Amino acid sequence: MTRLTVPKTYKLYIGGKFPRSESGRVYAVSSAAGDFLANAAQGSRKDARDAVVSARAALKGWSGATAYNRGQVLYRIAELLEGRRAQFVDEIMQAEGASAAGASAQVDDAIDAWVWYAGWADKYVQVAGNANPVSGPYFNLSVPEPTGVVAIVAPQTGGSLLGFVSAIAPALVAGNTVVVIAHETAPLTAISLGEVLATSDVPGGVVNILTGSPAEIAPWLASHGDVNALDLLGAGALDWVDLQIAAADTLKRVLPPEADAVPSLARILAFTETKTVWHTKSLL
Amino acid sequence: MTSPAFAALATRERTTTILGGEATDANLRRYLHGIPGIDAVGLEQRASGLGTRSIKTSSKRWAIDKIVSLIDLTTLEGADTPGKVRSLVGKAVAPDPSSPDCPRVAAVCVYGDMVGAAVEALGSAHSARTPETPDAGIRVAAVATAFPSGRASLAVKLADVADAVNAGADEIDMVIDRGAFLSGRYGQVFDEIVAVKAACAREGGPDAHLKVILETGELNTYDNVRRASWLAILAGGDFIKTSTGKVAPAATLPVTLSMLEVVRDWHRLTGVRIGVKPAGGIRTSKDAIKYLVTVAETVGEEWLTPQLFRFGASGLLNDVLLQRQKMTTGHYSGPDYVTID
Repeated sequence: MTRLTVPKTYKLYIGGKFPRSESGRVYAVSSAAGDFLANAAQGSRKDARDAVVSARAALKGWSGATAYNRGQVLYRIAELLEGRRAQFVDEIMQAEGASAAGASAQVDDAIDAWVWYAGWADKYVQVAGNANPVSGPYFNLSVPEPTGVVAIVAPQTGGSLLGFVSAIAPALVAGNTVVVIAHETAPLTAISLGEVLATSDVPGGVVNILTGSPAEIAPWLASHGDVNALDLLGAGALDWVDLQIAAADTLKRVLPPEADAVPSLARILAFTETKTVWHTKSLL
Repeated sequence: MTSPAFAALATRERTTTILGGEATDANLRRYLHGIPGIDAVGLEQRASGLGTRSIKTSSKRWAIDKIVSLIDLTTLEGADTPGKVRSLVGKAVAPDPSSPDCPRVAAVCVYGDMVGAAVEALGSAHSARTPETPDAGIRVAAVATAFPSGRASLAVKLADVADAVNAGADEIDMVIDRGAFLSGRYGQVFDEIVAVKAACAREGGPDAHLKVILETGELNTYDNVRRASWLAILAGGDFIKTSTGKVAPAATLPVTLSMLEVVRDWHRLTGVRIGVKPAGGIRTSKDAIKYLVTVAETVGEEWLTPQLFRFGASGLLNDVLLQRQKMTTGHYSGPDYVTID
């Protein structure tokens, strides 16, 4: 007897839930060989708006969690990804036409990136912060704090899982919440990663994933008054100078497009703001 | 009797004529329980149907400015201070300082002891209101009669009202005695409203308007809401208001719809227009627009003025301003661009 196939519906990931696009639109996602894989939700500006609301709501809890706890939560993502390795290897092979070894190596790299960034969560402050010497009876301390809601255009070329992880992990380390536009033509691994996030300990709203056209959605995030930083990592093919100009109106921190986002401390610190406080030394 | 004839009567005679006798427990009970019951499922369906209207672009722009001009900007916290009331008044006068064409709100709503501070802070924005131009200026509304529970003796409630009126309140938001209403002592509730209405009189100036808070969250059924609405209007309330905002559920669309239906029926019967004020629980412009649609389709667009319809809200204004900024600038705004209340 032939069995009916059960195709998967890929939806958005906003506020810990998996809604369809409010616009009701979908677009077909094909494999590297050109075969139909699935329909993905084509996110609209209103989905982006909802995602920013969720990210803003989640910011207080996520940035207020202890650094140690954030590190554990990020490490937990690596654990769960390891458990679902076969699914991701399979999806990468289909979407990118990669060999089994190549796909497996990409999943390894993605898991390692999570572990690497998780380790930094309770350490980057020691490296980037400082007790400044001042000529007076004061402690003068500089500490990095999260920037806030970060909008990210994920890499649109290269490995769809590794690129996505390299884009969102550094922003999460310091306690930012993110709204990320996934790889347009290979978005399925990103949504599957959303399922990993939903079942890990990452609070809903900390990561919000939109699929669809970056050219359509990114301008709305760039000009959004409630987004604090804009990472144009994968926006190289877009008119990203216009996005920078739109972001300048609301004083956003903006990162330019990059070809390859290798894990680095600089990427963590890019989404932090340094706060310096003076505190009297006690009278001796 | 025809509606013009009713309109010519004083409140008391009108009530006596409608009830067919004095406002005693027995007469009120006979009248209020003779009102047809509400089909709850039908009411909720009608309300959710009214909530599905799509209001876009220029209609939305109109609706947003209308909502601002209908808001009773409210602060009813134990932690209120004259300073907090002053900043509330600042926001009432210029809701969005970056946009001078933004309309002012209808009123500020405070506790009785803060009326003086509100009147002083409003200054010329308040005193613009005279008997000849009742629409001008921002009004000061005070909650009274042992708000929000209403659990005090009548003497204390009346003193509370007189205090607020003397301090310059233009509107009094009173709470009904829900305990008496639910026990069926309608006469007592009626007499209290009449007494409070009398206490709203001001020598040498316009009387304070009386809003009667039904606290629908404690009335349990739509039938009770309808009876309480009739009771409040028969007793002489100028406005009927859903809730104090201190009890959940506060204003809901079906409850407001049922109250609007009473107001519509009263207008048909007597030709007199009574106001409605949903309060509490309305936090987004989307919700508020649903209320505008409900008002326009139930009693008519002429009700969409500050004299006949108000939103009792504090958080709503910020959301409306964000929507307004989005429509003006073309990009999404955020909480950093409005006040923190």
